[in-house]
Amino acid sequence: MSWLPLIRPGDWLIMLLSAAAVGASIPVFWQGGLADRAIIRQEGKVFAEVDLKARKQFEVAGPLGTTLIAVEPGRARVVSDPSPRQYCVKQGWLMRPGEIAICAPNRVSVQIAGRTKVYDSISY
Amino acid sequence: MTRSVIELTVTAEDRRVAWLATAAVGLSLVDAAIPSPLPGVKPGLANIVTLVVLARYGWGTAVWVSALRVLAGSLLLGFFLAPGFFLSLTGTTLSLLTLGLARHLPKRWFGPVSLSILAAFAHIGGQLLLARVWLIPHDGVFLLTPVFAAAALVFGTINGLIAAKLLAEPAPSEVPNA
Repeated sequence: MSWLPLIRPGDWLIMLLSAAAVGASIPVFWQGGLADRAIIRQEGKVFAEVDLKARKQFEVAGPLGTTLIAVEPGRARVVSDPSPRQYCVKQGWLMRPGEIAICAPNRVSVQIAGRTKVYDSISY
Repeated sequence: MTRSVIELTVTAEDRRVAWLATAAVGLSLVDAAIPSPLPGVKPGLANIVTLVVLARYGWGTAVWVSALRVLAGSLLLGFFLAPGFFLSLTGTTLSLLTLGLARHLPKRWFGPVSLSILAAFAHIGGQLLLARVWLIPHDGVFLLTPVFAAAALVFGTINGLIAAKLLAEPAPSEVPNA
């Protein structure tokens, strides 16, 4: 006996509707997944807040020198930085809200923000 | 001195519920043994028993079997009264309520597969809501909703098909008598 006859017409309907609902739920629950702004900070103060729409470059001056930040549609990164260990450069492109690259020695950071504020971690 | 004797009369219905709950508990254990990529994504095989019981013996028996399964299953797996127990209880309660409504759908059109999918959604929905209200009071809980919902759809369909297959076979004359 095959499995197909076990599925009644309404079952197909429920399966289709459910699949559609699952598909529709993705943008609803992952809207935080759309990065729309990059916040560049210098010495803890906001240096620039940019929409992640256009291609732009920023030169941020710090105590060690200039940090070069690139903004592209949907993503941002630290291109170059005078910090000795280059952690923030090695992080590469930041794409998801909450992601942050901190060039601590030069006191510059880039953070991605979405529509809703997200936390990078929660602890109790 | 006379000993007081409390007599518990065991009806055929009691025996049936006990047998079915045992089957459900067994499947819960199998469920727990299956490695899961993500806590919360589980096949939920015990729901097959719930669906078959609902179709054969009605909603009341299904509630009994499910409640006993959650209780005994959590005792055996060691999470009785732990957060997982309450998640399980909430999910089961909501899916039973959903089944209680959905079983009135016209049988000609909607079979066990529909019931199984709806129950699976109610199950994960209840668990997510309880997790949000009680365990992790932050909307981040809902981030994985699409994954859970997709799992509910897939496993709900599979469990529903298995239940439909079991129901398509003739009913056993009666459960074995002790």
